[in-house]
Amino acid sequence: MDSSQLLGITTFTYLFASFLYIGVLLFKAGKLGVAATAFTVIALLIQTAGLALRWIESYRMGIGHAPLTNMYESVLFFSWTIIIFYLVIEWKFKTRTIGAFAVPLAFLATAYASFAPIDKGITPLVPALQSNWLLAHVITCFVGYAAFAIAAALGIMYLAKKRFGGRDKTGSTSEVLPDLKILDDIIYKSLIFGFIWLSAGIITGAVWANSAWGTYWSWDPKETWSLITWFVYAFALHSRYTRGIKNETIAWLSILGFLSVVFTYYGVNFLLAGLHSYGSG
Amino acid sequence: MYKNNSVWRLFASVKLALVTLVLIAGTSIIGTVVPQNEAIEWYAGKYGPEISQLIAILDISDMYGSWWFLGLIYLLCINLVICSIDRFPGVWKQIQADGLSFGEERLGKMSNRLSWEVKSSATQVSSRLEERLSGKGWKAKRKTTEEGILLFGQKGAWTRTGVYFVHASILVIFLGAVIGAIGGFKGFVMLPEKQVTDKIGLYGGGLLDLGFAVRCNSFSIDFYANGMPKDYTSSLTVIENGQEILTKTIEVNDPLTYKGITFYQSSYEPYQDFVITVKNPRNGAEKFFTVPFQKQVNWPEEGLRFGVINAKMRDQSLVSSKIWFTDDKGSPTTVWADDGAQTTVKREAGEYLISAKQMYATGLQVAKDPGVWWVYLGCGLMMFGLYVAFFMSHRRIWLLITETEEGAQILFAGSANKNRPGFESSFVELTEQLRDQ
Repeated sequence: MDSSQLLGITTFTYLFASFLYIGVLLFKAGKLGVAATAFTVIALLIQTAGLALRWIESYRMGIGHAPLTNMYESVLFFSWTIIIFYLVIEWKFKTRTIGAFAVPLAFLATAYASFAPIDKGITPLVPALQSNWLLAHVITCFVGYAAFAIAAALGIMYLAKKRFGGRDKTGSTSEVLPDLKILDDIIYKSLIFGFIWLSAGIITGAVWANSAWGTYWSWDPKETWSLITWFVYAFALHSRYTRGIKNETIAWLSILGFLSVVFTYYGVNFLLAGLHSYGSG
Repeated sequence: MYKNNSVWRLFASVKLALVTLVLIAGTSIIGTVVPQNEAIEWYAGKYGPEISQLIAILDISDMYGSWWFLGLIYLLCINLVICSIDRFPGVWKQIQADGLSFGEERLGKMSNRLSWEVKSSATQVSSRLEERLSGKGWKAKRKTTEEGILLFGQKGAWTRTGVYFVHASILVIFLGAVIGAIGGFKGFVMLPEKQVTDKIGLYGGGLLDLGFAVRCNSFSIDFYANGMPKDYTSSLTVIENGQEILTKTIEVNDPLTYKGITFYQSSYEPYQDFVITVKNPRNGAEKFFTVPFQKQVNWPEEGLRFGVINAKMRDQSLVSSKIWFTDDKGSPTTVWADDGAQTTVKREAGEYLISAKQMYATGLQVAKDPGVWWVYLGCGLMMFGLYVAFFMSHRRIWLLITETEEGAQILFAGSANKNRPGFESSFVELTEQLRDQ
């Protein structure tokens, strides 16, 4: 058994759990809920084992480093943090409906890692990446990204509920969704949480850049896009304190912000040239 | 008053902040799409003459340093300052607010409140409650009013300032950037092995005198088995007034700093030349020579001639070289040696130690940034401020004890400015502990 097999199993388990969560939502099949959570936890454990094994494998190869250094590994870590963040919300707010939006995101991430034509090999670290800041930088960024992914999923739920909430007579799906007030509350809390971690991610990146290249900020496309993302969320958090901006706007901003995250994380690597090219392989 | 001035109101508004954030974020995209710091001809070739003229006028080739982009940043700063000056007095008032001035009417409207009765006298029960509160970390103040005895305690009043820490942190970071721009520099030097320099080229153009000299003793690259680069390392020596001050082997992520000037391993350049080091163990004489490929060099003091006549490459790096060596006594010796490894050459007169390595120049990024600690201070302040602003709250509790015929009635009320659900549960918990007789 090697790590890629475990991570492959993870993909299918997330897919299965996604169906269960969507089933809970569409058919009000509350009994499926426990199974959905159980399979998600199982998938998370398998994924954790897979990531740990990959870490061990890299040491066996004599190039030991945390599995956080290329697109394949970072997408897997992204899905891992999304699931942890989601499970915490499920537990804290006692609702499974968010799972129908969040777990498919994690599935898509792992599926992309497994099936996209990206390098899945364990490669040694080039000199620029050989730093203790690597762990701090990648972990802080991805914890933030995971929170923003959940916030975007909640934003979609919010807008769906708002649109179909009152007039939906046949299907009772939107009734199952949490109240707008609760959704708004969780969106706001996720944005705060993500914002703090994104700030920490940008700061650790700046400190690292300074120790590697002698400049903490060089307006490299990756840096600039992370700052743009930070501004989008700063906007969202401030809009709370402005009369005339509705909660609906914050739902839209959580989606827009996540698009900016995806571009920062993924789009920049492929569409724009820059210093930060490690993630594109 | 100036606070009613419409210009002041504009600069103090969150709306202006939102507009500025949108403008900064939106325009920042330009510089990620249009390559920066190219010559105007380059833009003309790529985008055509009209657009390249627009690029020139708007300074798009260096947009993050352009007047209008910096203008937006200054606008954000002014907005932050005015907004904070505008709002802070109100917040300060809330921090300083005398909880003992609250009467029954106000307490009765709070969302967290509960009242109960006890059989003891108001004075007795108030001192008991005061004790219990202090046991829970609430230092209560006491006041006797017309309504009865009022106890007031609060925690985290200062946390109302959290958002101002965040706003101040942004200003501190900008301050650090300005200090770095004024008092610092960034430059580069390509320094061949064994050479010394006391000047570097600045990115803005021109040479800078370091005030001391740096020598590159050696440069090397290590590769992984799969051919990926593993390490770029340079051994550097700082020389000041003819004295060797310090020597350090730098690599990416581990620079050398001397007198506030930092040397970062940045790039390298391979040469066709070799650095040959020869040692005569019998008299201790040792010397290095820079020798082009397939050329010989003399060491007249020792009566030696040598050179590299062949070399083996793998990928783009040299693996080993064939050294040709003679002391003009007998036929010359040739020997294969790994790059940079010392080998022994046996001659009739005795042994010589010799090594040959491909010559490189090390590319050093050289920077001085006296503002960087301000930037880090600002970053620390930002994290602290974000934590305080979002996760800490100002919690206040009141106990109003009024005398009744059978004893005393207690009104317990509390409020928090943030995280109200969290406060509610600790309020309930505290109620139980206070009621418990």
